[in-house]
Amino acid sequence: MAKANKEVLYGLYDDEEVLLEAVHKAQEEHLEIMDVFTPFPVHGLDHALHLSESRLHIAGFIFGAIGTLTAFLFMTWVFTRDWPIIFGGKPYFSAPAFIPITFELTVLFSAIGMVVSFYTVCGMSPGTVNPTLDDRITDNKFCIAFDTTNADATISDQLRAFFSSTGASEVNVKTI
Amino acid sequence: MSAVVSPIRDPLIEGGKTYGQITEDICSPTERVPSLAWTVAFIIAVLGLGLYVFTVVWTIFYGIGSWNLNRTIGWGWDITNFVWWIGIGHAGTLISAILLLFRQKWRTGVNRAAEAMTIFAVVCAGQFPLIHMGRLWLGFFIFPYPNTRGPLWVNFNSPLLWDVFAISTYFTVSLLFWYTGLVPDFATLRDRSKGIRRKLYNTVSFGWTGAAKHWQRFESLSLVLAGLSTPLVLSVHTIVSFDFATSVIPGWHTTIFPPYFVAGAIFSGFAMVLTLMLITRKVLKLEQYITLAHIESMNKVILVTGTIVGVAYLTELFIAWYSGYLYEQYAFYNRVLGPYWWSYVGMMACNVLSPQIFWVKKFRRSITITFVMSIFVNIGMWFERFVIIATTLARDYIPSSWSYYTPTWVEIGIFIGTLGLFFTLYLIFTRVAPVVAVAEVKSILKTAGDQYVGPNAKHQHETETAKTASH
Repeated sequence: MAKANKEVLYGLYDDEEVLLEAVHKAQEEHLEIMDVFTPFPVHGLDHALHLSESRLHIAGFIFGAIGTLTAFLFMTWVFTRDWPIIFGGKPYFSAPAFIPITFELTVLFSAIGMVVSFYTVCGMSPGTVNPTLDDRITDNKFCIAFDTTNADATISDQLRAFFSSTGASEVNVKTI
Repeated sequence: MSAVVSPIRDPLIEGGKTYGQITEDICSPTERVPSLAWTVAFIIAVLGLGLYVFTVVWTIFYGIGSWNLNRTIGWGWDITNFVWWIGIGHAGTLISAILLLFRQKWRTGVNRAAEAMTIFAVVCAGQFPLIHMGRLWLGFFIFPYPNTRGPLWVNFNSPLLWDVFAISTYFTVSLLFWYTGLVPDFATLRDRSKGIRRKLYNTVSFGWTGAAKHWQRFESLSLVLAGLSTPLVLSVHTIVSFDFATSVIPGWHTTIFPPYFVAGAIFSGFAMVLTLMLITRKVLKLEQYITLAHIESMNKVILVTGTIVGVAYLTELFIAWYSGYLYEQYAFYNRVLGPYWWSYVGMMACNVLSPQIFWVKKFRRSITITFVMSIFVNIGMWFERFVIIATTLARDYIPSSWSYYTPTWVEIGIFIGTLGLFFTLYLIFTRVAPVVAVAEVKSILKTAGDQYVGPNAKHQHETETAKTASH
């Protein structure tokens, strides 16, 4: 399904502290921010935007637990059911010797699971072309974007006034 | 930014950089025609890689008999090189994961290159267990897979199999961690370029946009991956040491091996990071990002880990004497005064004595001395593994089996060849990716740039005012 094009009004800031102030002000004025783009993670931005905490670490825990169980149960099955062999007179179920591999697979499952989840929820994959507003956003500009597809002139003016009052260095419109 | 910074901390970014300048300085080397120095280095590295391919093909064609291994010396340069390379890898993970958990800002200047080093070192290390089995084409036997022999499974109780899992997990997790960190920087390169180059970097940057939610997830992911990598890196060299420690060979069968191997790994890894960084910062003109403060911090780590390793060496000698066990005592007598005494002396001189000069601040901040020391430590740590492996195996329980081991040209060729492999990969990396983590350096600019902190800070007052205003 082709996504409908959106008209985006965005302002570029030169400094992350100015950006944070602007985000706070936008929240006070109840302006609906579409998204904020920055060249590096800005401390406190997620709180300012009232973003809920990422749940990736929960995914990491679940994947890790799957790894733990897979490794430990598999080795137990192999050495007690499928093909029991005595190694150095030790019992078939020699749990302490299973710990290193169990640990490694816990880490492996957790890491792979989390990374795959991260790219999936962010909608990223090799070759994905996500529309970008400005090439300088990954360099030195901090961007606040508003969706103005269905906005009338009053709202656009209000947003432009907001940008000029909060110190945006540039304001542009782009259809993405 | 509201982080509190001690005024006596050295700035980590010099030259009063702006965000734009940081992007330009770090990204532009990948956009220029390679310099003469790079080209010459690359040709030499590729020749080394050629030697590697030649000697490995020779080994496979003529068999392991083309090496000088004998009864009782079943491990020689092969496993020495394996442990040496895997140890080198550890510094990259230490810098990117453990220092991230400790919130050490100087990490940002060197973590990207150090982690690249980790991955390439693990690639080199991984070669040795495979080729030393002799039948490379049966290498997949080390993995438990359903087979037609029963299925007959691998021995999950064997430390050699633990190694297989530890190293493959370590390689995979390091690669994922490193690549995830690279994605935003690849996006920076993408947005600076046009045409085919832009398409290429868009593919590898996975369509990164820099949205606030993505950054939040990115930070959460980095933190958890760091938390996973930290015990992982400690487990890897612990398990490598189990290859020795769980055997019943005097001199190997010791409980001190895991911590001693981990400290040695970090020690040798930092030496290799310094060797690479000192050249990289000079050639790519990144002296303002990899500063003397970074070098001094790394030299402190070298001093600490070198001294830990030294304590371990002395503890081993003491325990051998104190055990009252004849074979253990002989093993250590033989290590120090036996036919391989020269490698023990080399190990002690390079690993324990020479790093002590880093108690002096002037030496810690001297580039020449640091470079020479980093080479010393690399050599010393190679000797350490050689001492543990060869001297022990050359003198086993039956004096009639005693022998002496010297490598053949094939074994030497394989070792030099892996250096070629390593530097080929590293040199390609410096051409295609930013060698310093661009986004991470930008995120510490306000707390570590020399216009904000340190003796030349100009914006101190402004930042203070801004802070008060924002409260």
